[in-house]
Amino acid sequence: MDFNFTEEQILIRKTVREFAEQEIKPKAKELDEQEKFSPELTKRMGDLGLFGMTLPEKYGGQGMDTLSYIIAVEELARVDGSHAATLAAHNSLGIGPIYYYGTEEQKQKYLPKLCTGEHLWAFGLTEPNAGSDSRGTKTTAKLEGNEWVINGSKIFITNGSAEISLGCTVQTVTGKTEEGKKIFTTILVENGTPGFTAKVMHGKMMWRASNTSELYFDNCRVPKENILGEIGQGSKIMLSTLDNGRLSIAAMGLGLAQGAYEMALKYAKEREQFGRPISKFQIIAFKLADMAMKIELARNLLYKACWLKDQGELFAKEAAMAKLYCSEIAKEVADDAVQIHGGYGLMKEYDVERFYRDQRLLQIGEGTSEIQRLVISRYIGC
Amino acid sequence: MKIAVCVSHVPDTATKVIIGSDGKSIDPSGVTYVVNPYDEFAIEEALKTKEQLGGEVVVISLGTDANKESIRKALAMGADSGVLLKDENQRDSFGVAKALAEEIKNQGAEIVFFGKQSVDYDNSITGQLTAELLGYNCVTVVVDLKIDGNKVIAEREIEGGREVVETSLPVVITAQKGLNEPRYASLKGIMAAKRKTIEEKEAAPAENYVEILRMKKPAPKQPGKILGSDASAVPELIRLLREEAKVI
Repeated sequence: MDFNFTEEQILIRKTVREFAEQEIKPKAKELDEQEKFSPELTKRMGDLGLFGMTLPEKYGGQGMDTLSYIIAVEELARVDGSHAATLAAHNSLGIGPIYYYGTEEQKQKYLPKLCTGEHLWAFGLTEPNAGSDSRGTKTTAKLEGNEWVINGSKIFITNGSAEISLGCTVQTVTGKTEEGKKIFTTILVENGTPGFTAKVMHGKMMWRASNTSELYFDNCRVPKENILGEIGQGSKIMLSTLDNGRLSIAAMGLGLAQGAYEMALKYAKEREQFGRPISKFQIIAFKLADMAMKIELARNLLYKACWLKDQGELFAKEAAMAKLYCSEIAKEVADDAVQIHGGYGLMKEYDVERFYRDQRLLQIGEGTSEIQRLVISRYIGC
Repeated sequence: MKIAVCVSHVPDTATKVIIGSDGKSIDPSGVTYVVNPYDEFAIEEALKTKEQLGGEVVVISLGTDANKESIRKALAMGADSGVLLKDENQRDSFGVAKALAEEIKNQGAEIVFFGKQSVDYDNSITGQLTAELLGYNCVTVVVDLKIDGNKVIAEREIEGGREVVETSLPVVITAQKGLNEPRYASLKGIMAAKRKTIEEKEAAPAENYVEILRMKKPAPKQPGKILGSDASAVPELIRLLREEAKVI
């Protein structure tokens, strides 16, 4: 067993940490308060090379391994959840499906633009009545001549309606099998296509500086060749995309927990009550010890899942476990971090308040904790 | 044009330093090392100089295998090649300068960048000694630099202001904060750095002129004094600043 990182992985962690602390940290609080997405910071993330990290150079990527990408997401999440969300969603849900399932022409057309940070791509899966039950998808696409005609709507779609959103991959129903089962097909739709409206969703509790959207398709027509993969491949594309996405959501949980823990540890050493730093009280010290242990476990589980993927092994069970565990300990660690901060932890002046809100998505987005348990239980043969 | 930049691998400034059991070195366990912060300005200026004048940038560092991490970072920022001068032993500034000067001569570099000091031993002298050993001109604590043909115009930071000086190549420049904004090592740069070589050599031998006898922790900071919260405290404040602190 080798727990050593490569020289590149060490350098990536250092670089992304430096970038996150110097560029994102000073703006994170204000963007959160104003519920504002920043195209400028997104572009800076692109300049650094964070988009398409695992893609080959010919598509504008960096040719890195999965673990390097996960380290980058973790380091952003250590400082701010919203920007980690923009990165994770764009890479795993936006770029991923086009790279894995696109034709050479589609890849050439979109990927280089999507790797610069000048444009974002979204994944339209969830609908008002189709969350965990993704087979409940109602959005339809009908082939009329040389065009797909799409009707329906999507909700909670990250990166779909920012001023720099270029388009989205839409999960649609394109018919029924003889047994009456829905046939799912994914189709690429560019923003600005007549009949397609992307609306920013406001009033979020968390990830307030990331872009979340409602997408409406009203007789939206796109060329036949905009199909991603083949007719009926929609479910497969969705499932494999979510397997990959789980790793990055896990990285967001791990990074958030790490950030909250560091804040709590620092605060506990500085805050004095009863004549000594509160870190010297066993009840606080043990809380911190438990936080450190949970983070260590989460990290080992997630990195192992990445390692499996990089080895070309099956990793879906470990990815579900990592997503579940990292997001649940993020909740516990953020909660304890607020507790250690006492009254100050309830104030917006302290970043830990934002971390406490941001963690709450992680047990819901890209497969709820309940669905992760379902996935794991099926893998172990229940 | 060959441009050299000398990089020191130092404990992270956020590290809590513990004195080792021999009483004259720091305990390296648990210490994370980084590129000396002033050297980051030196690397950036070397890269900018290359972008302006052409040529190539070689990064030189003296120390152990651990220094490769700092060399690799400079390569990821855009330097072309690296040299690690290997030496496990402690050297004084002259010993360091001697090894660096030897390698700079080997490389034939005409413009050499240093940070104005390393934040570990803080002697602020390695750049100057290296220049002297090479017979190069030297400008220290530089906050602005222009190189035009053979002519070098540099602004230096001095007490209460700036000094503009002119000299000529070959030259050693020591960088001060403010000279530039160091770029990030982009991910593309990190991958490109993988393909660049770090040459390893034995460092030229040197005798030490300075021996470290022991290290001491600074005296703990004295607590502050509150004299009052309104104008009536001012006369007493002035008296204490004059008589006790002796600063006015």
